[in-house]
Amino acid sequence: MENAIEVRNLKKKYDGFALKGINITVPRGMIVGLIGENGAGKTTTIKSILNLIKVDEGTISIFGYDHIEDEKRIKDEIGVVLDDSFLSDYLTVAHVDKVLSSLYENWDSKLFFKYIESFKLPKDKMIKDFSSGMKMKLKVLAAICHHHKLLILDEPTSGLDPVARNEILDMFQEFIEDEENSILVSSHITTDLEHIADYIIYISDGEVVISKTKDELLDKYGIVRCTKDEYSSISKDDYVKCKKNRYDYELLVEDRQVFKNKYRNLDVIDKPTLEEIMLIFVKGE
Amino acid sequence: MDIIISNSSNEPIYEQIREQIKNKIVASELSPGDRLPSIRTLAKDLRVSVITTKSAYDDLEREGFVETIPSKGTYVAAKNRELLREEQLKKIEKLIETAVSLAKVSLIEKEKLDEMIDIFYEED
Repeated sequence: MENAIEVRNLKKKYDGFALKGINITVPRGMIVGLIGENGAGKTTTIKSILNLIKVDEGTISIFGYDHIEDEKRIKDEIGVVLDDSFLSDYLTVAHVDKVLSSLYENWDSKLFFKYIESFKLPKDKMIKDFSSGMKMKLKVLAAICHHHKLLILDEPTSGLDPVARNEILDMFQEFIEDEENSILVSSHITTDLEHIADYIIYISDGEVVISKTKDELLDKYGIVRCTKDEYSSISKDDYVKCKKNRYDYELLVEDRQVFKNKYRNLDVIDKPTLEEIMLIFVKGE
Repeated sequence: MDIIISNSSNEPIYEQIREQIKNKIVASELSPGDRLPSIRTLAKDLRVSVITTKSAYDDLEREGFVETIPSKGTYVAAKNRELLREEQLKKIEKLIETAVSLAKVSLIEKEKLDEMIDIFYEED
């Protein structure tokens, strides 16, 4: 199966921050979630893929095409939502439809207005008077309604209430119902990705530290909570990271079943959430 | 078709989906030849990832409960009910084995066990 995005050994150096050889694969038909702390390199990675910033090293291909040489061909296939809005505040929904239909051959007004109706977005109000949830829905719609095959979104759900977030996630799942379509989405609201993402890529300090299917992470990984004494009996090879708290130690383990069988005296082993995994990774050693 | 997923359960979500579909086949809620939703539609409607629904369907297929016809869909397989019965019988055997060994250790006679089974059977 051909991949929608392949990033190999991506390097980019800034003052005080660097991407240190990022590898990312977005298989066709899948949703890949990019997680990581603020400043970990998620946005830099996304902007590199879109050729908005020049990379120092590495190759990036989209549907098998080089992201610089074949930029024009590729851009016709991608819908993008970045943090900074590109829609003028003084447009209405009706204007947006007009502008985009003149810009894009494949613009689907019917689909656009179908969503506008179902989200109850006002058609003749200016965007400046929209709530942040309404604005984001409109941005995602503007990216989805071209019948592109790939959607790249940077933090599409940040600052939104749970209802609005869910509606946006529904849009994503409808989008990939066509198995040709793929999504790369970054978010620090990890619960969003816990539901819909097929793969999770965790970037920390410019490096990919975890890249797994989401099911493998949530169904196999575990968080062991134990005392300091119990901790000293555990071999270093049996855990990924350990976070030392005042009252307990938290260990991230790769396979909670295997761990349970080996250390039968330790009985607090929980199913992790993505958020807990991140916390132990960042604060642990 | 009702499928209830618990996010806090320790049981992986694909297993929850697999077991519930299996149960529907046993209970004849799903009949041979019935078409199951596509993995993508099911993923969307259950709000889970595509890989999750795919693992559930792959398992069901491996165990012979469903058949996937490429580019047509996934269907409940024809001969699954006997297969399931067999599987259920094995489970029951195991449970009875546990019950009997427990009874023996506690010196509870067989008549008492029979009696208990009768009571449970008549209960509903």
